[in-house]
Amino acid sequence: MTIMSSTRQTYDKALEDLQREILRLGSLVEAAIDEAVHSLAKQDAKLAQRVIDGDEAIDNLKREIEDKCMILIATQQPIAKDLRRIGTAFGIITDLERMGDHATDIAKITLRLANEPLIKPLIDIPRMAKLAQNMVRSVLDSYVNADIELAQKACSKDDEIDHLYRQVFDELLEIMQRDPRTVVQGTHLLLVARYLERIADHATNIGEGVLYLETGERKDLNL
Amino acid sequence: MQENKKIAVENLNLYYGEHQALIDINVDLKEQKITALIGPSGCGKSTFLRVLNRMNDLIDGVRIAGKVTVDGEDIYDNNMDVVSLRKKVGMVFQRPNPFPMSIYDNIAYGPRIHGIKKKQVLDELVERSLQQSALWDEVKDRLNKPALGLSGGQQQRLCIARLLAVEPDVLLMDEPTSALDPISTLKVEELIHELKNTYTIVIVTHNMQQAARVSDYTAYFLTGELVEFDHTEQIFTRPRDQRTEDYITGRFG
Repeated sequence: MTIMSSTRQTYDKALEDLQREILRLGSLVEAAIDEAVHSLAKQDAKLAQRVIDGDEAIDNLKREIEDKCMILIATQQPIAKDLRRIGTAFGIITDLERMGDHATDIAKITLRLANEPLIKPLIDIPRMAKLAQNMVRSVLDSYVNADIELAQKACSKDDEIDHLYRQVFDELLEIMQRDPRTVVQGTHLLLVARYLERIADHATNIGEGVLYLETGERKDLNL
Repeated sequence: MQENKKIAVENLNLYYGEHQALIDINVDLKEQKITALIGPSGCGKSTFLRVLNRMNDLIDGVRIAGKVTVDGEDIYDNNMDVVSLRKKVGMVFQRPNPFPMSIYDNIAYGPRIHGIKKKQVLDELVERSLQQSALWDEVKDRLNKPALGLSGGQQQRLCIARLLAVEPDVLLMDEPTSALDPISTLKVEELIHELKNTYTIVIVTHNMQQAARVSDYTAYFLTGELVEFDHTEQIFTRPRDQRTEDYITGRFG
């Protein structure tokens, strides 16, 4: 964000701070997703617990940013792009916070499954996770750099994730049908895939927010 | 709802001597809508407002080219009766300017000039105008007291009532709340909102939030040009012109 003006320096600085805080939230969430999926693949309960414990910091930062947005509205009466920037900020932090919750959900499943052998080697789930993380990273980059093209490109990855989700779904269904003893773990792994799919949807929302912020246009990037 | 144009401005150019104050203005102002004119000092917005009821005629060296119609009638036509134009297109000024007479006589002044003598008719007009300007309840027991004893906000609503008493179609308001406190300002804004049901309103304001609150359309003027004209919602959420954006978000100059 490059805002140059002589008339509203305090305000501009506050908007820049806001963006920096959002990025800080973004990197906490990115790390949480990464560690959650890692903890599952490596059946690392300690790492999973760290993700779960870290969610509070994400929630707190989200609330802090929300308060800053409210104060900016109350004191600066933002309009036009400034208003879109703050409106978009509310959306982005909500999406990020939800992603953080899903990371926690995945970490909790890690704890449940930590002491039993996995019913299948995890291949597609880490692949989904990688794609979802890339999406999150890219939409946040597009936000910082006001890069609409990148936002659109990032969101187009959602299809691949949906495709992988269906693949995981079918595969797990088959395993569970063959051997009912796998149902408990299979269901949990299904949930993990579902959470990753949701994370990608939240990333898409952020991409749409960036598009709205920069152009004022509403466009569905999740086709 | 069908939106009819009340005022049409075509290729308007206005000069104060050598200085061109308005450049190629083309715009239609809609009936029973509120249009806010915004822009920095000297941008031409007040000049434009005064074009609409020929208030600039009084200034030496003013030259106007182009066409301005109200209800399809060319107001700069040689046959135009300026007095009846100003009855139809009335103006409220920055500072409330009640006459040094009673509240009642302030309101009855215009109708009397236009030939209404019967007390009953005048009484009705006075009450209706004060009702319309949301002042009746506050002054009904002291109609014969001096208007100058009212508060600033009341005085401005009295001036609006005085205008309504001559039954205009169009109300021009030149920063009507700039001399009022916040509560009086909001009362006048509420009033403006009510009046929209009956009148076409054009308001000049330096208060961006006021333009956003009260108007349906916003026109942004800069150095004599109409930079952008659009629905107020559009202007204040996603203006098309960067110059508009810079001005309304306070990154001007």
